[in-house]
Amino acid sequence: MSEGLAPPTANNGLLAVFERRYLLKLLVRREISARYQGTFLGLLWSYVGPLCQFFVYWFVIGRILDLHDNVENFGIHMFAGLVVVHFFTETFGAGTRSIVRNKSVVVKMPLPREMFPVASMLVSLYHVGPQLIILTIACLFYGWTPDPVGLLALLVAILVAMAWGTAAALVFSVANVFFRDFSSLVSILQMFVRFGVPMIYPFAMVHDRFGSAAQYYLLNPLADAVLLVQRAFWVGTTSDPDHIAATELPENLMVWGAGALGAGLVALVIAQLVFSRLENRIPERL
Amino acid sequence: MTTSIVCENVTKTFTLRYHRTIKQVSMAKLRGQETKADFRAVDDVSFTVEQGESIGLMGLNGSGKSTLLKLINGVMKPDGGSVLTRGRIAGLIATGAGFHPQLTGRENLFLNAAILGMSEQETLRKFDEIVEFAELGHRLDTQVGHYSSGQNARLGFSIAIHVDSDIFLADEALAVGDKPFKRKCIQKMKEVRDSGRTLFYVSHAAGSVRKMCNRVIVLEDGRVAFDGDVDEGIHYLHYDADDDEELPDEETGDDI
Repeated sequence: MSEGLAPPTANNGLLAVFERRYLLKLLVRREISARYQGTFLGLLWSYVGPLCQFFVYWFVIGRILDLHDNVENFGIHMFAGLVVVHFFTETFGAGTRSIVRNKSVVVKMPLPREMFPVASMLVSLYHVGPQLIILTIACLFYGWTPDPVGLLALLVAILVAMAWGTAAALVFSVANVFFRDFSSLVSILQMFVRFGVPMIYPFAMVHDRFGSAAQYYLLNPLADAVLLVQRAFWVGTTSDPDHIAATELPENLMVWGAGALGAGLVALVIAQLVFSRLENRIPERL
Repeated sequence: MTTSIVCENVTKTFTLRYHRTIKQVSMAKLRGQETKADFRAVDDVSFTVEQGESIGLMGLNGSGKSTLLKLINGVMKPDGGSVLTRGRIAGLIATGAGFHPQLTGRENLFLNAAILGMSEQETLRKFDEIVEFAELGHRLDTQVGHYSSGQNARLGFSIAIHVDSDIFLADEALAVGDKPFKRKCIQKMKEVRDSGRTLFYVSHAAGSVRKMCNRVIVLEDGRVAFDGDVDEGIHYLHYDADDDEELPDEETGDDI
């Protein structure tokens, strides 16, 4: 009782979320263990999902649309992209719904409300693990060996998706409280994300079609993130990695990656400002 | 004595929107109807509470009790004026908040305790006490989704009442479960009051307010209509008109 009089409202902001790491940890654990609760396969499901998605894309795009001939190891090329895209869209989607879904807590306890979108991001991040394991095993079959630049590229890619995913989740989670339209808008945006990155088609194709305009394509931070993961995994599986890196990937990829990450951090700050402006009205609008 | 809660000219305005969709809003605008209206749920409320006082917050439905409680507990921020509190706040407002039906009682216990602000050590320290009070026994390791509503409420209540705090906010949802458990709850609430914590108790039941509180605040349309002695406050509301030396059963209302 030594503290003085103070407003009872919670400290807010992303920093306050990390002051309450214990609660954050429990929220993340709740989501992870609740997702497969009562299933026979349990955590195996987080391998089954991406694997099936991989085979569908591999078969439809690779076999039926015949990209196997144009792109070496097309499956790896695509799955590398899928890891990032899946992480981002999961964060975005679950994050957008997070505050409305945790209504019972939000309207009763003064917690930093950023907690919920951040927890959604961490849950999605947790599921990246199994996918990276599958990807690594597949790459090893093609004689891939890890290289330092590749690992750095992977790290930057994950951070880019984390920053942009959290920023988007923050803004949309609070917007969704005011108008539930936003959760519908998210599924449309997710579709744009899936097709706006060089996942089911190679970046070289963008370059062929648009020429010098292709650099604007790289302004999409997720496209950079996908290319970075392809640099980390796919390039190393091909027969002539140096040649592939020069012809199939954009020049200065790491610079684009750093730029995307920097812009992502700026986006995060802006998202936080928007969130702080709107969050006071959350309890009465839920 | 130290001051525990200070409310100064606290005002909270809600905007009521009559229409949600773009079609409804534009139709209403065309017809010249109002599409929204401001409504003062709490209007210029001021009072000071000393540490250790037990306040009964009374008033008719819709008089702003619930909003005032949320302002004190910090979920809402006042639009005007200020709310200041000293020390940690706990209460029966968020009992069972965040319970996940597919997780076990044990897992939910830790999560709910963390939501209420308890650390891991604090939860571990009180774990046995909480479990014993909730009388769940071996059911603790089964899914909360399979609990009866009484068991669910008991677990929620038991966690909430074991949080260390300086200010305790309670509403009438206090009476959960069967009669023996209810009796235990009221006993526990009295312990809370006698331990020198500030108690803020929202109730319609004149009898239990009389038993629990030493001061009554009555809200009317968001304003403080009465602040003072318990019996006078109850008389002010005409709650003493009917014969209500009530049974514990009367405390089951869950409106706050």
